[in-house]
Amino acid sequence: MLELIVAIFILMSLILYALLGGADFGGGMWDLLAAGPRSKLQRKVVADAIGPIWEANHVWLILVIVLLFTGFPRGFAAMMTALYIPLTAILVGIVLRGAAFTFRKYGSEPEVVQQRWGAIFGAASFFTPFCQGLTLGALATGTIRVQNGRLTTGFFTGWLSPFALGCGVFALALFAFLAATYLTLETKDQPDLQNDFRWRALWSELALAPIALVVFLASRTGAPAMYGGLTRWWAPILLAWTSAFALAALTALWMRKYSAARIAAVGQVTTILLGWCLAKYPNIVTPDVTVINSAAPEVTLRLLVLALGLGAILLLPSLGFLFYLFKRKGAVDEGS
Amino acid sequence: MNDFFFARSQMAMSLAFHIVFAALGVGMPALMVIAEWLYLRTREPLYLDLCKRWAKGTAILFAVGAVSGTVLSFELGLLWPAFMEKAGAIIGMPFSLEGFAFFSEAIFLGVFLYGWKRLTPLWHWLSGVLVAVSGVMSAIFVVTANAWMNAPTGFKMIDGKITEIDPIAAMLNKASFHEALHMTIAAFVATGFAVAAVHAFLLLRDRNNRFHRCALGIAIGVAGISAPLQIISGDLSSRAVGRLQPAKLAAMEADYRTETGAPLLIGGIPNDETRTTKYALRIPHGLSLLLTHQLDSKVTGLDAFPQNQWPNVRIVHWSFDLMVACGSTLFFMSAVTVLLWWKNRRVPGQTWFLRALVFCGPLGFAAIEAGWVVTEVGRQPWVIYGVMRTEVAVTPMHWIAVSFAAFTALYLFLGVVVILLLRRQFLQTANPAPGTLLQSTHA
Ligand code: HDD
Ligand code: HEM
Ligand code: HEM
Repeated sequence: MLELIVAIFILMSLILYALLGGADFGGGMWDLLAAGPRSKLQRKVVADAIGPIWEANHVWLILVIVLLFTGFPRGFAAMMTALYIPLTAILVGIVLRGAAFTFRKYGSEPEVVQQRWGAIFGAASFFTPFCQGLTLGALATGTIRVQNGRLTTGFFTGWLSPFALGCGVFALALFAFLAATYLTLETKDQPDLQNDFRWRALWSELALAPIALVVFLASRTGAPAMYGGLTRWWAPILLAWTSAFALAALTALWMRKYSAARIAAVGQVTTILLGWCLAKYPNIVTPDVTVINSAAPEVTLRLLVLALGLGAILLLPSLGFLFYLFKRKGAVDEGS
Repeated sequence: MNDFFFARSQMAMSLAFHIVFAALGVGMPALMVIAEWLYLRTREPLYLDLCKRWAKGTAILFAVGAVSGTVLSFELGLLWPAFMEKAGAIIGMPFSLEGFAFFSEAIFLGVFLYGWKRLTPLWHWLSGVLVAVSGVMSAIFVVTANAWMNAPTGFKMIDGKITEIDPIAAMLNKASFHEALHMTIAAFVATGFAVAAVHAFLLLRDRNNRFHRCALGIAIGVAGISAPLQIISGDLSSRAVGRLQPAKLAAMEADYRTETGAPLLIGGIPNDETRTTKYALRIPHGLSLLLTHQLDSKVTGLDAFPQNQWPNVRIVHWSFDLMVACGSTLFFMSAVTVLLWWKNRRVPGQTWFLRALVFCGPLGFAAIEAGWVVTEVGRQPWVIYGVMRTEVAVTPMHWIAVSFAAFTALYLFLGVVVILLLRRQFLQTANPAPGTLLQSTHA
């Protein structure tokens, strides 16, 4: 029971990381892909939108990691060993993204240097979520085996499979869509710019559907346990919700109802991750490491749940305040 | 040079890098908050300029601190999975609490950096206070986890299985207090002297610059108060280590023989073969006196332990001496500061004094790095003191040399860029007429 509560907290942190931190990566993608007569303005909107919040958003990932190693130490050890290579790649991406973004903002170098930082920022914003999707995918393939606490399948298993690669691409499209949708709300007083992001959101949402289908089909052989989960009784319900959210997002974007589009996008990402975890339950590293067999002793879990409860009480109002302060009025004060 | 060696090197390198930004992340918010407070009190725009300048520097440092910290939290598992598998349930608690401290730090730093126009001055200042407090809290939490590795408690080990876990007892282990205290003060010492050095350097170029003089005043104020406290706290640490980890203490002091009235050895070349330390400065009875405050007490030497349980004596001894040398120099510098300040009745500006401050700038950080080497290398061969040996904890992964090289290159690059950026930030303000500065930060 307790391990379930901790697992739910982890899932919630993961969803929040996708919704917030994922969108920051998406912003970076649109920075790299900025094009047309307003490319400079597009970059500026992205920078202003993520500037004050990306560090706080990034902490959700750290929370996922600490909760994993506190609540499920054996699961953590197993995945860290098996996925050493893609996880290290994620770290390199995270370091480059954060550093390049900050250096670009605070450097007053000539244009060329700024552009180079921008390019690193953008490239790392592609690279990192791709590896994140890859890693999550690898955990579901069922090919990473752990026997008697020892990894038996080496360091290249799982994450190079077509299914995992598909998950990486899916994560890219998802975050790009999220970011573009959010950015339509950051550009309320610049209709042209808003339209740029509207089209980007529409296109990436349209791209998402075939990618999702391919990943689903690939899961049949690539992640059979997952596929089994996705064909259980609740799956159609969740799928219906996801599709409904997706259609709602498309319609709202088309009709320029941006607030509604944002809600739909959030709903869509949430149901996708929820479905993912339900299909995977109770596995952490399919099939050998589960929420039950890798959980920490009860004392630890109990304290952890207590701390999470108290922490949430302190934290959520502060987070709400941060977003209230910077997302209510739109654009950020420049340079101060 | 096997994978184990590179795993240790990668961990050490990542931590040595992160700790610089972490210490600044604890110290800088305090300086900013003091500057803004002075502004609120005096309404002198110069203090506001100062606060904003420091805030810009802090934003850069904080971002690098956050990403390098993320790397660490992964590396605990990537490099030491067997350690985390056992320790996660025991010391995950402080890491989780640290997570909350990070949140409030990141949130209120965002508010502080971007919210100048959106908050009333008092609320803005308060958000700065929250950043400072969360910084200290996160340092304390993470250090308790490290302290547990030195003084593991809160569990029972039966047949290699860990049972009867008590995470609270583990957090409040016997090394937590002295380590957390010593680290927190260290952050203020190091930040204070480093910032003082920057402004002293700029004052040397432009003697009548009020901006830098005020900045210098705040920085040496913080540094001058904390450096003497650090000596007291260091004494506390030494004696605690003597009780908890006698092998580490013996290595720190290059003390091979158990004896009464043990001498204090400074410097020299310890030699494990002959079990002697050549060319050291010997102070008879010094060690006994320092540890127990008595001349003839008995001090355990390395001979009380099998040689396969010794840490690397040279590294630990030299690092310890380096830390103490830095600490003593900075203490001396604080005394000089107080004297001059009191004599001049204002922030001292003598050329020789400013030059000395510039010299002292890196010493606090040198002491931090050296101190951590003492703690970490001195704990070897254990990752959990007396419970788990480090080589058991390491990942089975191969080719760790590759990731070590990658992160080293990456961090070197980041380090250089950060220095260049900060340099630019400060050189820009070398001659600020207060009005223009205010405009440029609002632009
Ligand atoms: C500004 C930095 C600074 C300065 C001036 C000093 N130290 Fe230090 N020292 C640290 C910064 C530091 C540190 C980097 O923060 C460490 C590493 C682990 C810790 O708790 O603090 C440390 C560790 C450390 C330890 C090992 C603690 C352990 O392993 O549990 C001892 C015994 C001392 N110190 C003793 C001293 C003494 C006697 C000093 C007197 C001059 C001194 N330190 C000055
Ligand atoms: C003595 C050692 C350490 C101290 C004093 C310390 C302190 C700090 C501080 C003050 C910050 C805030 C960021 C900044 O201001 O630059 C920070 C960031 C961070 N540290 Fe450390 N840390 C230490 C070691 C570690 C270790 C061992 C880990 C690994 C688990 C770690 C993980 C992190 C993470 C994940 C962040 C990013 C938080 C964010 O995004 O804001 N730190 N650390
Ligand atoms: C609170 C924070 C810290 C934690 C939790 C921590 C944890 C660890 C762990 C798990 C290892 C690997 C196992 C081992 O070699 O024993 C290690 C090694 C090491 N750490 Fe730390 N550490 C912390 C702070 C630091 C800092 C700030 C430094 C700065 C220089 C540092 C320097 C080293 C070194 C040099 C090693 C290698 C020791 C050796 O293998 O000889 N540590 N640390």
